[in-house]
Amino acid sequence: MRTLRFLLRKEFRQIFRDKAILTLIFFMPVIQFIIMPLAADYEVRNVNLSVVDNDKSTYSQKLISKVIASGYFKLQGYNSSFKEAFQLIESDKADLILEIPHGFERNLIRETKQKLFVAVNAINGTKANLGGAYLSTIIGNFNADIRMQLIQQPRFSQFPVIEVVASNWFNPVLNYKVFIVPGILAILVTMIGGFLTALNIVKEKEVGTIEQINVTPIKKHIFILGKLIPFWVLAMIVFTIGLILARLIYGIVPIGSLLVLYVFIAIYLLTVLGFGLLVSTFCDTQQQAMFIMFFFMMLFILLGGLFTSIDSMPYWAKLITRINPVRYMIEVMRMVILKGSGFQDVLPQMAIVSLMAVILNGWAILNYKKTN
Amino acid sequence: MKQFIAFVKKEFFHVLRDRRTLLILFGMPIAQILIFGFALTNEVKDSEILVVDYAKDDASQQIIAEIAASRYFDIRNAALTHKEILSTFQKGKIKAVVVFPSDFNRDLLHNNQAQIQIITDATDINTANMITNYLTAIIKDYQTKINENLTIPYQIIPETRMLYNPQLKGAHGFVPGVMALVLMLVSVMMTAISIVREKEMGTMEILLVSPFKPVLVIFAKAFPYLILSLINVAAILFLSVFALELPIKGSLLLLFGESTLFIITCLALGIFISIKTDSQQIAMLISLMGMLLPTMMFSGFLFPIENMPVPLQVISNIIPSKWFYIIVKSIMIKGLGIAALWKETLILAGMTLFLLAISLKSFKIRLQ
Repeated sequence: MRTLRFLLRKEFRQIFRDKAILTLIFFMPVIQFIIMPLAADYEVRNVNLSVVDNDKSTYSQKLISKVIASGYFKLQGYNSSFKEAFQLIESDKADLILEIPHGFERNLIRETKQKLFVAVNAINGTKANLGGAYLSTIIGNFNADIRMQLIQQPRFSQFPVIEVVASNWFNPVLNYKVFIVPGILAILVTMIGGFLTALNIVKEKEVGTIEQINVTPIKKHIFILGKLIPFWVLAMIVFTIGLILARLIYGIVPIGSLLVLYVFIAIYLLTVLGFGLLVSTFCDTQQQAMFIMFFFMMLFILLGGLFTSIDSMPYWAKLITRINPVRYMIEVMRMVILKGSGFQDVLPQMAIVSLMAVILNGWAILNYKKTN
Repeated sequence: MKQFIAFVKKEFFHVLRDRRTLLILFGMPIAQILIFGFALTNEVKDSEILVVDYAKDDASQQIIAEIAASRYFDIRNAALTHKEILSTFQKGKIKAVVVFPSDFNRDLLHNNQAQIQIITDATDINTANMITNYLTAIIKDYQTKINENLTIPYQIIPETRMLYNPQLKGAHGFVPGVMALVLMLVSVMMTAISIVREKEMGTMEILLVSPFKPVLVIFAKAFPYLILSLINVAAILFLSVFALELPIKGSLLLLFGESTLFIITCLALGIFISIKTDSQQIAMLISLMGMLLPTMMFSGFLFPIENMPVPLQVISNIIPSKWFYIIVKSIMIKGLGIAALWKETLILAGMTLFLLAISLKSFKIRLQ
């Protein structure tokens, strides 16, 4: 125990001595945490719209002003032909084209049926899907208005109508920050813990100081603990700063219990640090360690369910997400902070992460012995 | 010149000798393109939703069957109270609940009006939005079906065409994005670290006292990474065409030319970082912690840049991968030529010159 205390004192001193690293650990994540949520905005508004109005009738004018009044679309301009509008799509200045055919108003009244053309730049899936859907809804409403004007409606609807009432729970005003902030905090804490531990042991290897430790009677697990605890403490501090900032800047107050959150993050960090340690036992140079961490971090982050939904991934990718600790962290952050999930709700995630922590750290200790 | 070639050769051997790093260097981008190309999509499919059917009549059963038949949803049937709905959401898996009130069909038949309630878990906004949209579309289809014999007057039918990506595959947006991200980080980190490493080990001093010009030392170190990155570009393009079935509509030559330019920009950035830092650890933390998230966020492949607040839109302009993402997307998917891309090309070239200029300047200062 005494050895551990000395080791810890040494490690902490080493960390605090290097001002540059210390700034990186605290400053960079804080800055990123403040900026990133502002950038991560998926909310579909300001969809750039180009209109080709071949009809120039009262109806076409009304439709266009209705579309713009909805607030989702930004009119990029009227174009005289589809070809001209398409050029706007090519140069990314427009996302959608609404083409109103010649004779729109006349045909609608005479033949009581008329088509409209909508073209969507579908490279960006979300914008395409949602923008197209909003436009259809607005056209549908416009259609209902027209019908109301043209025919005397009976008191009751003539046709069976199903009304869909949608309510969005946990985030009723659909504030995107609420969705993204817990996820970004999860990723930042993961990166700090993972990168620092991975680099630390490899650095000792590269510089040669590890040999010196290896010839002392320090037990392996004490050595590993000595490496693990300082970074665990640092990551916990960064996490706490993150929670405070989330509250101060974005007004996100965890609905669920902080205790549940902290118990989970404490175990989760052991998993992440264990992973970093394991990687460092495999590598000889910091360069290798960094690249391997980079590879896994990208996998963890992009397959973590923060940016794209895990449900829509193919089966094999879903299997990968099951051994992705970041996925569980993001899930639990959202569950506890936004939905108020309790200890029992997050028990499955906690069990998996604990198991991972045991396996990864155990493996790291075993593997470390081998290098001796 | 002869000296330079000899030096580049030495650096090449240096890189090639380290098998493990080499494996990482090539294996990583390939694995990432494949995994992300197939796995990432903005679509919503197989979302687990809960159907609470208080009506249990023909109409509700038919709609449920329609929902079940679509590939978007996995239905869990349950009879629940509102309180229980809350706890199912808190357990996590369920993304939405569809509630049919009792007397659903009766209302539909007699009053010609019935309600369906959709409750979504809006902690994930996009999924919530899309689920609502898909469900509404399915319900509207059903409504049209039961109205089939009635002619609805004054109908406007929007016909939607999906340009460039009719099947709405995720790969169209993600492959150019991942390409920009991977090339950027690999080139920046590799150069930065390999130069700082020499500094850290003290071997840089030896190089600097040699009759060889210091600037050329740096260039010779960066050169092998240019070649390796170009091989990576070729591998990535090969995979995206043959495995991900993504077309290359524009000129392949132009694509390679632009990629070379972008890689040089990244190498210049790597050189700049290496000159400003003294330890590998800091160089790595800067290139990873400082660049991984910003490049992901500001390239525009995950989040639309025009949605960001104006100051961030301005910041996004200094991220090289933003411009490269636009270039790759335009050449590969839209099939545009240099005439449409000269602006982006000039910006990347300008960045490169700027980075090289300030690197060289601070480099000289260090030597004095």
